[in-house]
Amino acid sequence: MADSLALQGSFAATPETPFRDPTGESPAAKWVLISIAVAFLALVLFMPLVAVFAEALRRGWQVALASIVEPDALAAIRLTLLVAAIAVPANLVFGVAAAWAIAKFEFKGKAFLITLIDLPFSVSPVIAGLVYVLLFNAQSYFGPLLNSYGLQILFAVPGVVLATIFVTFPFIARELIPLMQDQGTGDEEAAISLGASGWQAFRLVTLPNIKWGLLYGVLLCNARAMGEFGAVSVVSGRLRGETVTMPLQVEILYNEYNFVAAFAVASLLAVLALVTLVLKAVLERVYGRGDGLRGH
Amino acid sequence: MIPGFGITFGFTIFYLSLLILIPLAGLGWKSASLGWTEFWRLATDPRVVAALRTSFWTSAFAASVNVVFGVIVAWVLVRYRFPGRRLIDAAVDLPFALPTAVAGIALTAIYAPNGWVGQWLQPYDIRIAYTPTGIVIALIFIGLPFVVRTVQPVMEEISREVEEAAATLGANRFQTVWRVILPGLLPAILTGFALAFGRAVGEYGSVLFIAGNIPFVSEIAPLLIVIRLEEFNYPAATAIGAIMLVLAFVVLLTINLIQAWSRRRFGYGG
Repeated sequence: MADSLALQGSFAATPETPFRDPTGESPAAKWVLISIAVAFLALVLFMPLVAVFAEALRRGWQVALASIVEPDALAAIRLTLLVAAIAVPANLVFGVAAAWAIAKFEFKGKAFLITLIDLPFSVSPVIAGLVYVLLFNAQSYFGPLLNSYGLQILFAVPGVVLATIFVTFPFIARELIPLMQDQGTGDEEAAISLGASGWQAFRLVTLPNIKWGLLYGVLLCNARAMGEFGAVSVVSGRLRGETVTMPLQVEILYNEYNFVAAFAVASLLAVLALVTLVLKAVLERVYGRGDGLRGH
Repeated sequence: MIPGFGITFGFTIFYLSLLILIPLAGLGWKSASLGWTEFWRLATDPRVVAALRTSFWTSAFAASVNVVFGVIVAWVLVRYRFPGRRLIDAAVDLPFALPTAVAGIALTAIYAPNGWVGQWLQPYDIRIAYTPTGIVIALIFIGLPFVVRTVQPVMEEISREVEEAAATLGANRFQTVWRVILPGLLPAILTGFALAFGRAVGEYGSVLFIAGNIPFVSEIAPLLIVIRLEEFNYPAATAIGAIMLVLAFVVLLTINLIQAWSRRRFGYGG
């Protein structure tokens, strides 16, 4: 042990041929690669982010603030919060139920079921909107039927909620399924053999085990729910103050050449994105998940 | 025995069917009811073909750029320690977190002829916004994290012994990286490419503003679906939607095949 340490020391101390790790690059190559990566990310990621805030503040913060607190913008903020408040809990209940069934029991076709749950990530958001338009339009079977009961889906809030649920569908389930599979069934079996009911076992044993993963899934689900554009734009009909979410409000303002207002609303969404990234980094620390968002 | 299988499994199937499977099946049903000749007529409409071609090539090009720079970014993040590394690592997920419409208008503000970067390219007659190049820029933004986040965890698992063996046997560093490390990363790189490509083909929000949306030039397939829907031309929208859905399934199948091959050949799942 002492010998090998002495040997390493003598390697490092030789002045004319400084020791270089054979599994590392030369300092020059290393700094070139770091520079390329940093320059690329600065161009592709940081510049757009800075542009959002700079364009919003182009005519001063008072103008930016005024475009956020005007009635249409406030209505868009309220609708975005409402849609997320429905879509996220709905997918949360689904995610927990799906993870419980998949992780705690054995059945045929499990891999296929997981593929189906992931399906909305592979589908274009425009398709997510399209399928609901086909299902509920005025010439369809369901549209007029529901209409006769006074329920309007398309070009109304329910359509916006449905499209949002579609695109955010897998976030929580795909976070919980591998986590609960890793944890196995031992803890719950112990709780139940000691007399706990199934609900008690879930609430007192499973839930504390999965809480960080659950929060992580909710965080990502919420970010997408509030920011979704493609699917929502297809089903919304863009009725001002009624079916316009924040991303749609950005589009409307932008198309009216009201750029400062568009970027002001956009900067609120950018703040949401930054808060999401910070919380995500914190959660990854606590929860020990290093690989970021796999896939989508 | 743990209870609750019946209710959780039943609810999973019910919710999945109601919100995802039945609506998607509706798209399949609607396109089948068009009849083959009508479907073919709608699908081979020159504007549709041009839009699909634009979507395909811009996505493939953007995903290729992402592979090159994504692998470099992943390498730098995994192998080197430098100030700001953690910040950069967190920032890679920005395209996942930033709403696509926000990214779209921000990129347009940068690359429009009077924009931050655009004004410096204008004198040289280089146009990015409102051309297919603009589409590629938006798709590079959207696709980057898919490559980095797929390659990064696999890179972290590379065993140093393999590199040491290569060095001991006389390989220089470039040979080790090129002939030992990169081949092992190939499945992850291919999966990252497929994920970035799949996302890019369906992308709408970030492309809408920067593309200029000129038919036959810079019009992407998802946009054409939206245009047809706004004209209440449901058969045409259905036909394009069905083609895109099939394309999405092909991408999904390709990813599964890469992962199956990778597990056999390299012992990890892509």
